[in-house]
Amino acid sequence: MKDDIIKLGHGSGGNMTRRLIREVMNSRFDMPSMSDSALIGERMVSTIDAHVVKPIFFPGGDIGRLSVTGTVNDLAVSGAIPLSIFIAYIIEEGFPIKNLERVTESVHQAAREAGVKILGGDTKVVEHGKADGLYLITSGIGMLHDGYDPSIRAGDHVVVSGTLGDHAIAVINARENLGLYPAPESDCAPINHLIDIMLQTADIRFMRDPTRGGLATVLNEIAEEFSAGFHLYENDIPLKDSVCAASELLGIDPLYLANEGKVVAIVRGDAEALVSRMRKHPLGTDASIIGTVTNESGRVYLETEIGSLRQLPMLESDPLPRIC
Amino acid sequence: MCLAIPGKILRMKEDKGTVDFDGVQKEISLVFVPEAALSDWVLVHTGYAMSILSEDEARETLELLRERYGND
Amino acid sequence: METTKNFRDPNLVKKIVGKLRENKRPIRIMEVCGTHTMAIGKWGLRKMLPESIELISGPGCPVCVTPASFIDALMAIESAIVCVFGDLMRIPGSSGTLEDARSRGHDVRIVYSPMQALEIAKERETIFAAIGFETTIPGIAHTIETARKQGIDNFSVLTSLKAIPPALNALLTSDEVQIDSLILPGHVCAVLGMEPFRFLPERFAVGGVITGFEPLDILNSIQHLIEKRDAPEIANSYARVVSDNGNPHARKMIDRVLEPGDALWRGLGVIQDSGYVLRKEYQSFDAATRYDIVMANTKENPACRCGDVLKGIVKPDQCGLFAKTCTPANPIGPCMVSSEGSCAAYHRYERSYLPQAGEGS
Repeated sequence: MKDDIIKLGHGSGGNMTRRLIREVMNSRFDMPSMSDSALIGERMVSTIDAHVVKPIFFPGGDIGRLSVTGTVNDLAVSGAIPLSIFIAYIIEEGFPIKNLERVTESVHQAAREAGVKILGGDTKVVEHGKADGLYLITSGIGMLHDGYDPSIRAGDHVVVSGTLGDHAIAVINARENLGLYPAPESDCAPINHLIDIMLQTADIRFMRDPTRGGLATVLNEIAEEFSAGFHLYENDIPLKDSVCAASELLGIDPLYLANEGKVVAIVRGDAEALVSRMRKHPLGTDASIIGTVTNESGRVYLETEIGSLRQLPMLESDPLPRIC
Repeated sequence: MCLAIPGKILRMKEDKGTVDFDGVQKEISLVFVPEAALSDWVLVHTGYAMSILSEDEARETLELLRERYGND
Repeated sequence: METTKNFRDPNLVKKIVGKLRENKRPIRIMEVCGTHTMAIGKWGLRKMLPESIELISGPGCPVCVTPASFIDALMAIESAIVCVFGDLMRIPGSSGTLEDARSRGHDVRIVYSPMQALEIAKERETIFAAIGFETTIPGIAHTIETARKQGIDNFSVLTSLKAIPPALNALLTSDEVQIDSLILPGHVCAVLGMEPFRFLPERFAVGGVITGFEPLDILNSIQHLIEKRDAPEIANSYARVVSDNGNPHARKMIDRVLEPGDALWRGLGVIQDSGYVLRKEYQSFDAATRYDIVMANTKENPACRCGDVLKGIVKPDQCGLFAKTCTPANPIGPCMVSSEGSCAAYHRYERSYLPQAGEGS
């Protein structure tokens, strides 16, 4: 590893994270790539996810809700029906019990929404100053849907389930005291039920949840994994006006911002029918076809609002608010 | 070099204003635009309104462009 | 304002591009402002232009021209909170970045406005890294004045404030630089107005258009510059934002708190009177005095051609380090580091497999 210490960018989900995993973990674990989910046996899928978020409570959710939806969504986009979750708490000395209760209530609530059971967990307490209040780690177990077999090819459609960047803008506003109001809300939600409907409605070839690194990073990863390319249409990408405005104010690109209640799906055949079905679900009201799969391996293009073309590279490191 | 975006003044109090950017609002300093009035559009940079936008000028520029390059 | 969207009208874009493609005589146009560089990349404008129109990115990215010694000085501070614009976090000093300093436990915070730094100073000793051009400087000056009025002694600033017209003067005086016309920085002009740029056609026979940041703004300015090439003038195509006289209130604020001084531009060297320093009566807010900061003249990597990129002598991909050892993840030169730096914008938007002008859209 060229870096001698860990920097925040190593956790951004972009290229720095990928290099870290490749150079430190993959070789030692003897695996081609480290994914957060894996198939066990024929049909069981298991995932793990660590949750660190500042602030712990933010408009639209908290670390508890996030920990469940993160794991449920990881399972769901792997084509599995989420069944159960284990949760570990790392708590900083001095953390108010009242807040712990509130977070745990959110865990319970989100699990109920998703229809998953909390099977067990663990708690550890660290000295004051050694953790940002609370970290949560969740692992999940799910059962693979029948006949879900990822493969994508040119001509397939790219569908997103709703507006992008909502979660990141909500968290940045709360964390950096930007004073935007009404405070933007996170989209944090379990999307497994929506995904059930999608799998029943259409020929879904692949799914991913555009969390860290956002849509652009996820599509670059898929492009690399499947040696495919993407052609996206800027006009069709759903974005809230308020998220666009906040992004412009901060000088960051919403296509690189994290989402916690969205899915990107590669669909074969009638994507229109899928989207109209998705729009009937409360978590899919802004679903949209945003582009198509191409043959140009590893390349993600965006056709801009004015008809020009530009490339959408992978995220290097977390976008920072800028003034220039 | 300087990212600045337009927003509309919704409320004013002394030399500060609540400015709306497409649905998100933020408190902005109006010290450099003392002529600004309620409902004016201002260009905001690092929390300060740096100029008052002119809708007329915007329209005029667009008309000029259409005339110059033709638009059908 | 609804009309802003209209400055992206794809039909009109197509029309202007059609007109621009008729241009045969080679022209070199420098966009001074980093936000223009970003907009040109984001909208894919470069690929729409014929080969005869060459766009060169100038020194208008305040973090790119901030010397490494400034970063080093901020990184050395342990006893106070350091507040910076996010842009500065990943600028390489001579040994790492402020992000690295934060990883090691320094209290470095990102602010959106200088006033936020002043708020933080109400609790603890705080240094604001004052960088920027004429658009940003009035707000910084106002923050310093407010600190004095409210007696917030915990607040100080380390300045690396830059003025655009003297830099353009120095740039055009240099023999190496061959530029026919300039796309002038719209938001700097919102403060300065047209007057400070009149010397361009008068002294150098170089024309300039004050330009907004939407695709139509930029394309139209290019066409204007082509047409007026042999009769160079200063024009204002961004009248919806920039009045010819700029913003006198903002200029007055600068004058009250700051005065011109020599400034070191990374890649370009020291340019006389091209910066702003605190006036005597505001000296007590100078972090350099308060913390005994001496900004040493640090050595730059000799292979890095950022200076030549800023001058428009080479394009980013003509530097031997570009995209090889110097990347956004591991920037060597300052132009790679800020996302609006010429090299970073080039790396992000232009270094690609995209079809060349004439083929694509």
